[in-house]
Amino acid sequence: MRYAYYPGCSLKGTGKAYEKSTLALFTALDIELVEIPDWNCCGATAYMAVDEIASAALSFRNLVLAQEMGMKKIVAPCSACYLNLIRAKKIYLGNGPAREKLCKALEKANLEFDCSALPEVLHPLQVLTEDLGIEKFKERVKRPLKGWNLVPYYGCQVARPYDGYDDPVYPVKMDLLLEAAGAQVISDYPLKTRCCGGSLTGTIENVGIRLNFLLIKEAKKRGGEAIVTICPLCQFNLEMYQGKMEEKFRMPVLYLPQVLGLALGLSPEELGFQHLVYKPHMEV
Amino acid sequence: MKFKRTIRYEGELDRSLYYYMLSLPEGEGIIRCIQCGTCSGVCPLSIYMDFTPRKLIALVREGFSMDVLSSFTIWLCSSCYACTVSCPQEIKITEIMYALKRKAIEEGVYPRRFPVPVLAREFFQMVLRNGRSSESLLVLNLILKTNISKALSYVPLGLKLLKTRRLSLKKERTPGASEVKAILEGLKEGGP
Repeated sequence: MRYAYYPGCSLKGTGKAYEKSTLALFTALDIELVEIPDWNCCGATAYMAVDEIASAALSFRNLVLAQEMGMKKIVAPCSACYLNLIRAKKIYLGNGPAREKLCKALEKANLEFDCSALPEVLHPLQVLTEDLGIEKFKERVKRPLKGWNLVPYYGCQVARPYDGYDDPVYPVKMDLLLEAAGAQVISDYPLKTRCCGGSLTGTIENVGIRLNFLLIKEAKKRGGEAIVTICPLCQFNLEMYQGKMEEKFRMPVLYLPQVLGLALGLSPEELGFQHLVYKPHMEV
Repeated sequence: MKFKRTIRYEGELDRSLYYYMLSLPEGEGIIRCIQCGTCSGVCPLSIYMDFTPRKLIALVREGFSMDVLSSFTIWLCSSCYACTVSCPQEIKITEIMYALKRKAIEEGVYPRRFPVPVLAREFFQMVLRNGRSSESLLVLNLILKTNISKALSYVPLGLKLLKTRRLSLKKERTPGASEVKAILEGLKEGGP
C-alpha cells in the first residue's frame, strides 16, 4: 500500500510526535507514506473566517500535487487538513457559485490536473481500519497493552461533517483498534467527539481551557489513565493547558499511532514519547 | 429607577443580513429553521454565548442584523459541526457562522484587538507569504498584538514546549510558495 502523505503545518511543529509515530507505525505495517514535497497549508479554520474560496484553493493545490506524484490516495493525519482537503474536493465537484470562483483561481495559477481522478482523502484511522483492516493489525501485535485503561478521544472534525465511515457523534473505529492492541478501552466515554475548542485556547482562553478541563475530568472519572487522540490540536490543548486548569490532572495525552506502535513492539523513542509532557506510567 | 429598552420597534429592524444569508448557498437553509433548539442543545459552547445558535438564527431572520454581527456568539463557534450533523432541517449552521464571521470582518464590527479576527488575519498573511504556517511564530505574534499584558502567563507553556522539544521558531516555507501566492492573488484580482 502506497499513499501520498500530507503532513500539514502542525505535524512539522508542535505535533512532531504525531508525525514521528505515524511514520514509524506505517513503516512497521509495510504501508508506504510518501510526503508531498512542496505541500502548502490547508487553510485551517482560521482561513475560512476570512475567505472561503481561498481556503479551498489552497487545499486543492495539495490534491493536484498528490495527483502529479501518481497517487490515488492522500493521507492527512490532522483533522483540519483532512476536513479542508475534502471540502475543497466537494466544492470542485459540486456546482455552486463557489466552484466557479475556485476554477478561476486554479486556472490563473496554471494548475493542470485530471479532474476525473482527484485523489481520495483519508485519515490514518481509515487507512488502518479499512485499507489494512483491524484483523490484519491484530495479527501484528507483539506486545499487547494489557491493563492500559485508555480513553479514545476523536475530537470533532475527523468525525464530521464529511466522514461517513463512522458515526459522527459516537464513532467506534479507534476503540476497536485500541482493543486490538490489547488495551482496556473506556468505550462509554460520552465526550468522544465533544470539541476541545480548537484555537479558542489561544483566543478566548478561559472558555478554551474550560472545554478541555471538562474532557479530562470526565476521562479521569471513568478510570482513564491516558487519553488517546488523533488530532494535533486536540493533543496540544489537552496536554499543554493542564497546567492552567483548576485541578492538576497530569493526564497523559497520547497519539493513536504512539499507542499502536508500542503494541507492535516499537520503542517509545521511535514513537516520539520524548515529546510528551506527561509520560504514561503503565508498563509495556 | 432607570429602564433600558431591550426590544426593538419594527421601524428599527434591518433585514439586509437575512436577505444576504438567503443569497448564499450555505445560508439559504436559514428559512427552514423551525426553532427547535437542537443546535443550542448540542453546542458545547452555547452556555458561554450571548445568543445561542437557535436564537441567533431567529435574530437574523427578524432583522436584528447589528446585534448578530457584533455578538460574541459567532467568534465562540469553534466549527465542531455538532449542530450541522444534528439539525433536523439540515441547515448548515457551522457554515452560517463562518459566513457571519466573514461579514463581521468585512464590516469591521468586532472589538478592537479582539483576538479571533486578529488570528485569522495573521494566519492569512503568513500563508500568503510562505505557503505554510509556523505555529509558534503565529502564536507569538498573536500574543504581541492582542494580549501583551498577559504575555508572562504564557511562559510556563513556552517552557513546556521547549522542554519537550516542540518549540520551533524556524519560519516554515514551502518550495511552492510562489505558486501559492499566484493562486491567492488570482482570487483577489477576480474579485469576490
